[in-house]
Parts: sequence; structure tokens; C-alpha cells
Amino acid sequence: MEFAKLGLYNQAIILFAALALLTSFLMLAQARMLPLIFTFAWQGFLLTMVTVLVAMVTDHRDLYVSALLTFVLKVVVIPWLLYRLSVRLQMQYNAEQIAHPTLLLISGVVLVIFSYFVAKSIIHLSGLATRNIIAVSIAIELLGMLLMCVRKSAVAQVIGFMSMESGIFFAASVSAYGMPLIVELGVAFDILVASILFGVFFFHLRDSFGSLDVGQYNHLSEANGADAIDVRPVMASAHTPGDHA
Amino acid sequence: MTLLEATLVTPLTGGLVLAILGHRPIAGWINIGVGLLTFGASLAMALDVFSHGPQLSPGRMFYIDAFNVYLVVLTAFVGLTTSIFSRPYMQHEVEKGRVTDRRLRLYHSMYQCFLFSMLLALSTNNLGVLWVAMEMATLTTVLLVSLYRTPEAIEAAWKYFILCGVGIAQALFGTVLIYFAAEAKLGADRDDTLLWTVLHSSASGGLDPAVITLAFVFLLVGYGTKVGLVPLHNWLPDAHSEGPTPMSAVLSGLLLNVALYALVRVKMLVDASLQTHLAGYLMMGFGLLSFTVAGLFLHRQHDVKRMFSYSSIEHMGLITFGFGLGGSLATYGALLHMTVHSLTKSAIFVTVGHACQLAGTQRIEHIRGLIRTQPAIGWGLLLGVVSIAGFPPFGVFISEFLLLMATMKSWPWLTIPLLIGFGVAFAGLFRHMQRMVFGEPPPGQQPVRANMIPVIVHLVLVLFLGLMIPDFLSSWFEQATLLISGESL
Repeated sequence: MEFAKLGLYNQAIILFAALALLTSFLMLAQARMLPLIFTFAWQGFLLTMVTVLVAMVTDHRDLYVSALLTFVLKVVVIPWLLYRLSVRLQMQYNAEQIAHPTLLLISGVVLVIFSYFVAKSIIHLSGLATRNIIAVSIAIELLGMLLMCVRKSAVAQVIGFMSMESGIFFAASVSAYGMPLIVELGVAFDILVASILFGVFFFHLRDSFGSLDVGQYNHLSEANGADAIDVRPVMASAHTPGDHA
Repeated sequence: MTLLEATLVTPLTGGLVLAILGHRPIAGWINIGVGLLTFGASLAMALDVFSHGPQLSPGRMFYIDAFNVYLVVLTAFVGLTTSIFSRPYMQHEVEKGRVTDRRLRLYHSMYQCFLFSMLLALSTNNLGVLWVAMEMATLTTVLLVSLYRTPEAIEAAWKYFILCGVGIAQALFGTVLIYFAAEAKLGADRDDTLLWTVLHSSASGGLDPAVITLAFVFLLVGYGTKVGLVPLHNWLPDAHSEGPTPMSAVLSGLLLNVALYALVRVKMLVDASLQTHLAGYLMMGFGLLSFTVAGLFLHRQHDVKRMFSYSSIEHMGLITFGFGLGGSLATYGALLHMTVHSLTKSAIFVTVGHACQLAGTQRIEHIRGLIRTQPAIGWGLLLGVVSIAGFPPFGVFISEFLLLMATMKSWPWLTIPLLIGFGVAFAGLFRHMQRMVFGEPPPGQQPVRANMIPVIVHLVLVLFLGLMIPDFLSSWFEQATLLISGESL
């Protein structure tokens, strides 16, 4: 595709989308908690910019609503919630050990190539300006999922989850010029509730396990189920455990 | 369509009221009352649909046809009977100090909100709203799974939240793709492109096959996670075993059905626009895998609720397989199996809830001699397991038999893994059940206050469905079969 032939707005769209993809990679490799949250907010901001630009170029008024929703949720509310939680849990300066960072980034690259491959079969239906961006949105979604898979910290998992959601929302905005309003509002509401619930869970997790390291949660695995369940307190029992023996 | 609105508004209002009053002793009764009103409204609506045919609400927001009408009634019904069970059960939990006032309020409120979100998912005409409602169902149940705040419960809830969140996000992406394909066909400036009725009427040969194929893969992974299809089933046994038992009953009996409903709705679109059997093959594969793997896992369980949740995975796998087979016989069998499984499984969870309170543990080794200590619970569990294992004359036998016949007709070789799977699951259930029901009761085991009415009603219904299927139900099943498979019986 000849980028120089596109109008300035279209070039800007592609630039910002590429930057948003870059932030996904930054998040993959970012071990520290605070920069991770800020990078997530930056990604939200870039996606908002792209959505606004697409709205201007294609003259779809509804997209301004999507842009506003993205801005409020992904730039203001969720980063702020996560920031406050990490301060309250005193883990804002924590850094997480990332195993095999190089391998991780290369798998990220592979996912981007895969997204272009997937998008190839569907982009012929879309307008010129947004062709690249469909692949970018799929890539952002998959990279968010990768982030969730490889990180052990509950906060990083939540960020991966939200990043996935951003990618999907973004895909809807650029490929189909936004979903119907009621659906967008419903999705935004669900995400808002989910982010609050995540916050509640951070405290429960810390109280139960003493850390937010998901790798330590293994009471329920199928492999050691027999032994692990044995040590749990006998539920609601009028008898002492000895009665059963 | 005011009756449908009443069906939806009642549980939502109930949820709000119980958010304030949920800790009072009367809350259990309010819960039952709301359930009764919802069930009444849904029944009246069903009668209306039965006499006047499919209905589209004025704003085209809701659509009720033969496929979802019986699921709405079933959801409202199991919601009601489980609330009857939940009243003494939660009272017992409060007495034991496992649940505080605040959590009881949360429990009652979320119970009704959960029912609301499922009814919304079933009755909406908009695929986007369907997704929103499914996600809402996850969010409302996450806090219930962690209700007891034990480390295991927290871990189970976190797993449920993350896995279902990720899974269902894939379904959102699939929905976006369907919207994308529909806009390319129907034009971008309409606001009804995501309505199922619009999509279905324009699907045949109109939507781009490449996009729709991709969309179905995402939707299958997404809603498949909620159905509990292997290998995406990991959250299910944990969530079922750690939450309060009434929750397990509605999760197993209803939520899995609703997720499968969403999947089948999408499959109808995909089949119409692709004109191939791709969606069916994928569903058959996942279904058969879940059926086999879950049957094997039944054997190595130590937690009784965990065991029955694997049994749910097994049955959901079988139903998915049935819908995947396509054809009128298999679809009819799958629809019937959805109904009888949901009734039987919620009855079993109710019984198991009482059995656990009786024995004071969920460990299978420590649950002994139920039939001697409290015959009602023992018999309930025995008959429930006999029914779910597919013995005649219960309804599960009929639906499994239909599915087996359909398989024999179109894929004869697949009857072998199916029969082996039935045998394995049967053995897995009975090796544990035998000792729980008939074993020597531990000294000092006392009967508990139990309400067996839901169990009796459910099992009688399943027995009845095994002996005969009433006219109105079979006519709905036939219409739904025609809708889904394109062939009449």
C-alpha cells in the first residue's frame, strides 16, 4: 500500500494505530507495576485518537461516542482504579520477574504476523483507511491475551484483559464504524463493573494468599486435588474431623 | 409484549429490593415470591406464544420463538424451585456462621440479577445484547462463587472470572465480525444490523463466508468456554464446587444451557450463510471430546460437587455433539436433553447440598449412609443419579436414545465412542454413589432440615418426560427442530 498517496488524516490514523500496537509490546516487556499502568493508559489514549480520526475521515458521528467511552474507561477510570489499588496494596514499585523476555517479544511478533494473515481474508470488505487497522486491532487483542498468559501478577493479568477488550472495541470502531449504541453502552457497563470487581478481588486474593502472584494459587488443581482438599477446614460441620475417621 | 417485559422486570426489581432487604429473615420468602412471579409471567407468555406463534416485540428488541420460549420457562422454573431450596439451605449456612448479613444480602440480590441476565440473554433479539447479558451473568456469579471467602473459593472465583472473561471476550470479537459482515451486506447506515431476525433473514448466501467462518471460530471458543467444553472447561468444576450449592444448581442447570443456546443461535446463522456443515463438524468434535474426557474425570473425583460438575460437562458435550450432528432427530434429542439434564442436574445439586450439610463435608469418602440417616436425601440422590446416568424410564434415557439413534443413522462409527462414554460415565457415577447412599453412616450423624419438594417435582417431571411428551412441548420441539436443522421430523 502506498502510504504517501493517502491523505494526511489517513496517514495519521495509521501512525497512531501503529503506536498503539507498539504500546502493546511495551506492556509485554514492562515488569514494573506503575509504568505498566501508565502504558495501558497511553494505549487507551492512542486508540481514542484513532477512533476520533476515523470518525472525522469517514464522517460517522456515532464513533465520537465510542471514542468518548474509550477515553473515559481506558484512559481515566481503569488506570486510576488500578493506580489507587496498587498504592493501597503497596505494590506500586513492585517489579515482576519476566521469564524469557526475548522469547516473549518474538512470540508477540509472530502473533502480529498471524493477525495480518487472519485479517487478509476479511479486509476486502472494509474501506481503504482502515485496512491495516483491522489487523492491528486483532494483534492488540492477541497480545493482550499473551500478556495474560505469561504474567503471574494479578494486576498484569487484569491489564492484559482490559487491553484485549480495548482491541476488540477498537476493531468494532474501525471495521464496522462502531456497534449499535445500546451494545456499546452495555459493553462499557460490563467492563466498568468488571474492573470494580477486579479491585475487590485484589483484596480478597491478598487476604487469602498473602500476595497477588497467581502462580501460588494451586489449591484446586486436578493433579494434587486429593491432598489439597484434605487440608481444608471441614465445612459447616457440627462434628470434629475426627468423627469421620 | 407486556408479559415478556414482566418476566424480565420482575427478577431485576427483585434483585434491587433484595439488595436492601436481603439479610432479613424474610428475604428467603421474598426470593421465592419473586421467583414465583417470574415463573407465572413466563408461563403466561409461553401460553401466549403457544396460541399466537413467534413474537417480536414492538421495538424489535426481543424475539420469542419456539426455540427460546421453553428455555425461558425452564429458567424461570428452575430459578423458582432452587429459591425454594435456597431458603432453608442459606438459613443453615447462617446458623453455622459461614455467611454474614452483608454476604447474605449480596447472595439474594445477585441470585435474582443472575436470573435476570439469563432471561435477558434468552429473550433478546440483538446479538450484542446477548453478549452483554452473558457477560453480566458471569459478573453476577463471580461474587457468589467467592461467597464463603475461603482461599479455595477465592481461587475458584478468580479462575472463573479470568477464564470466562477471556473466553467471552472472544465471543465479543466474533460478534463484531458478524456485525462487520452484515454491514458489508446490508449497508452501514442501519441500526438493526445486529438483530437476529434481520441477520437470519439475510443470511442465506449473503454474508461473506470468510468473515462468518472466522466469526464462528471466535464465538465457539467464547461461548464454548461458558458451556464448559473441553479444553476450556477448567473453571467449571472449581466454580461449581466452591460456591454455595443453590448457585451450583442454577449454574449447572441453567447457565450452561443459556451459553449453548447462544452458540446454537449463531450456528443457525453460520449454517445459513455458509451452506456447509463446518459449524456442525466443529461442534461435534468439541462435543465428543468433552463427553469422553469428562466421563473419565468422573472417576478420580473426591469432592461430590466437583464430580457432578464433571457430569454436567459430559452432558453438555453430548448436547453440543447432538446439535453438531444436525438433522431433525439429533436436534430433537438435543433439545429434549437440554430440558431433562437441566431438571435432573439441579435436582441432584439440591440433594447434594443437603447431603453435604448432613455429613458436614463435601468429601465423597466422608459422605456415608445417607439412606439410613435421612431416607429422603438418600432416595433423592439415588434416583437423581439413576436418572442422570440414563436409566429408563427417566427422560434422560429417551433423549440419549434419540441421540444415539441419530448418530447410528448418520455416523455409525461414532456410536462406539458414545456407547463407551456412556459406560464409563455410568461406572464413574455409581462407584461413588453406591457407598454414599448405602454405606455405614458415621456415628452421630443427625438428619438436617431439608426441603425435598424441588427434587420431587423435578424428578417427577423428568420421569413424566420419559413416559410421554405433552403436545405443546413436542410441538415447540418440532418447530425448533425445523428452525435449527432445516428439516422437520
